[in-house]
Amino acid sequence: MKAKHQRLTLALVALAALIGATLLAMSALKDQAAYFYSPGDAKKANVAPGQAIRLGGMVEKGSIARDPDGVTIRFALTDGRASVPVRFKGIVPDLFKEDSGAVAEGRFDASGTFVADNILAKHDERYMPPQIAGDMHKTGRVE
Amino acid sequence: MIAEAGLAALWLAFALAALQFVLVLLGMTGNRGELLGAVRPVAVVQGLFVCAAFALLIWLFLRSDMSVKLVAMNSHSAKPFIYKFAGAWGNHEGSMLLWVAVLALAGAGVALFERRLERPTLMATLGAQAFIALGFYAFLLFASNPFARLSPAAAEGQGLNPLLQDPGLAFHPPTLYFGYVGLSIAFSFAVGALITRDVGPAFARAMRPWVLIAWVFLTIGITAGSYWAYYELGWGGWWFWDPVENASLMPWLAATALLHSVTVLATRDGLRAWTVMLAVVAFSMSMVGTFLVRSGVLTSVHAFAVDPTRGSFILALLAIYIGGAMALYGLRVGTVKEGSQFDPVSREGALVANNLLLSVILCLVFLGTLYPLITEALGFKVSVGPPYFNLVTGPIALILVAIMGAGPLLKWRRDELKPLVNRLALPVLISAIALFALVAFAPRAHILPLLGLVVAAGVAAASVAPLWKRNLRRTPGFVWGMVIAHLGIAVSMVGMAAESSFTKETLVAARLGESETVGPFTVRFDKIEPIAGPNWTALEATLTVVRGDGKPFVLKPQARMFSSPPTETNEAAIATRIDGQLYTVLGKEDEQGRWQLRLWWKPWVTLIWLGGGMIALGGLLSLVGRVRRERRAHDRKAYA
Repeated sequence: MKAKHQRLTLALVALAALIGATLLAMSALKDQAAYFYSPGDAKKANVAPGQAIRLGGMVEKGSIARDPDGVTIRFALTDGRASVPVRFKGIVPDLFKEDSGAVAEGRFDASGTFVADNILAKHDERYMPPQIAGDMHKTGRVE
Repeated sequence: MIAEAGLAALWLAFALAALQFVLVLLGMTGNRGELLGAVRPVAVVQGLFVCAAFALLIWLFLRSDMSVKLVAMNSHSAKPFIYKFAGAWGNHEGSMLLWVAVLALAGAGVALFERRLERPTLMATLGAQAFIALGFYAFLLFASNPFARLSPAAAEGQGLNPLLQDPGLAFHPPTLYFGYVGLSIAFSFAVGALITRDVGPAFARAMRPWVLIAWVFLTIGITAGSYWAYYELGWGGWWFWDPVENASLMPWLAATALLHSVTVLATRDGLRAWTVMLAVVAFSMSMVGTFLVRSGVLTSVHAFAVDPTRGSFILALLAIYIGGAMALYGLRVGTVKEGSQFDPVSREGALVANNLLLSVILCLVFLGTLYPLITEALGFKVSVGPPYFNLVTGPIALILVAIMGAGPLLKWRRDELKPLVNRLALPVLISAIALFALVAFAPRAHILPLLGLVVAAGVAAASVAPLWKRNLRRTPGFVWGMVIAHLGIAVSMVGMAAESSFTKETLVAARLGESETVGPFTVRFDKIEPIAGPNWTALEATLTVVRGDGKPFVLKPQARMFSSPPTETNEAAIATRIDGQLYTVLGKEDEQGRWQLRLWWKPWVTLIWLGGGMIALGGLLSLVGRVRRERRAHDRKAYA
């Protein structure tokens, strides 16, 4: 009878631990998950400055410029509906170029410029992050 | 003809798996027991046929046979030999064939070498293994045929993704798969034991070596993959919480828990139902990982293609196998007897805590990895990255590691708190010293890495404590194994914490001849020149580096251009020193003729992978120690 008792206790402890983990995950995900926006959606949703999001779109033609320090780059991301200025300090990925898809991770500053901590571009000519592909389909920029 | 022969070998293996399953089914349910005699040979031959199919695929790649679609899509005749060879699994179909080959080989290994398991359980196990194989053969043959022809043949192949053109490709996926898919044995053992109602210490002792082998491979695979990503991607990070990394971490967490609970079952006949559950969960996580990677549902470096049919196919397989095993578990768990009891303060108690915390971490990683899929189904897109994973798993991992330090110092069944406190006095003292030293010398370190270093220092001391007052030469291999693996965890943790708190970064646009400093190094940008490799050209910078008054040395980071497919990659140049690595990346040229240089000094970063290697070595020692001890016991019995 005692062995059964111990087994039941262990099962309950395990259950409690897993429920606890799920609750912890849910509350942390609410704060830590970065929402994905296209420039048009970001404008429409009026994303608050400082909130971590991912912004995905095409790098606008002729928009890439560098600051005098040589390591800060400015460009605009567009989805055909709206265009957002982006600032990034670092080395951009190899496949980052004009008229090509990119995802910027970061947050808006007070002036409405998107400050990116990280830029993701598609990894090779054939590959496009599904997130970008999806949004491009919507706006008809990609077949 | 080679492609057709490969396809034929695959179909034959499929048929043999079906035969294996039917033999077990008929042999175990009816009175046709004689059929069971054929099961082992069939399992071995099935393994041979898949290996033949895989060898033929490699041969097609080596010959650059462009009439085979897979070769034309993923290879190129001008590619160096090693990438033609390893390129065979650098794509979806080839890697699935490797997956299935490992699955069949694992089954063949059990058929050949497993002698301790009761015969009915062994037969049920091989039947389960064949049943899993059937689904994945079907997936290969009907949804991912690697041998499909291309008509007309292509004149030239499209090449291999340059990010994969690295010696790591030859090593990382096979080791990872041996671990990942090797866990299928634990799954099949669990199913077999549930069918024959034979869950006990003998079953655990039979299962343990197989779990250990898979776990050692998985550990090596993850460690190697982490280092590969670190030097190849040029981002200077060693773990990105990429879904694919999580896909290998989740089975590892489950297998680590299983490894510990199976020891409780083998030694003390406790945690019966829980161990069986973990065996099912571990390989289920491997299959979930396969689904995440192969269906292309998640954005990732490893997502080669987005193909909804493949995704639903694997999803159906998942539902059948995981659902089936869980249903069987639900039906039979009531008949699994309670194991023997133990006090909360005991070795078993610490191992239960280990299992619970590992399960909690597994649960957190699992939810974080799948959350984007769930929200996408609900109509909004999110990405879950390091902020979430570090926040939720970090503190729990710290507690887990702290308990890991104390666990081996506890006696089985029942122990007292007071002697434990005495045994832990020295490790706690060492932790306290580490805390004071860190607060004094690195007051700006973040709390989590700081605690990591403090805990790691104490745990390192506690890990070697089981060797205290032992005759080291007569200490059994599995004790050495445990000590080295646990020490490896502490070593790895020091590396992680040091990397995150003490890394120095310099990002500049530099002219030729200019010098920059990063950490203790002075880096002079001497020249930049074009060079050519076998299938790429590159711009190569020459950096002359001096540390203090030391001897100067040269680092040459490159920006490479591949022509097929047209891609640029960064090849970081890394200098390894005893106390860390200097990591240099060459970026782009700006309008004024300056070049972007990114320099990192990462103190003690190498400890991360050294620790990973120690963990794997510990597993290996433990395996050898167990096998030798059992052989000796067996011999003794034979002579008595």
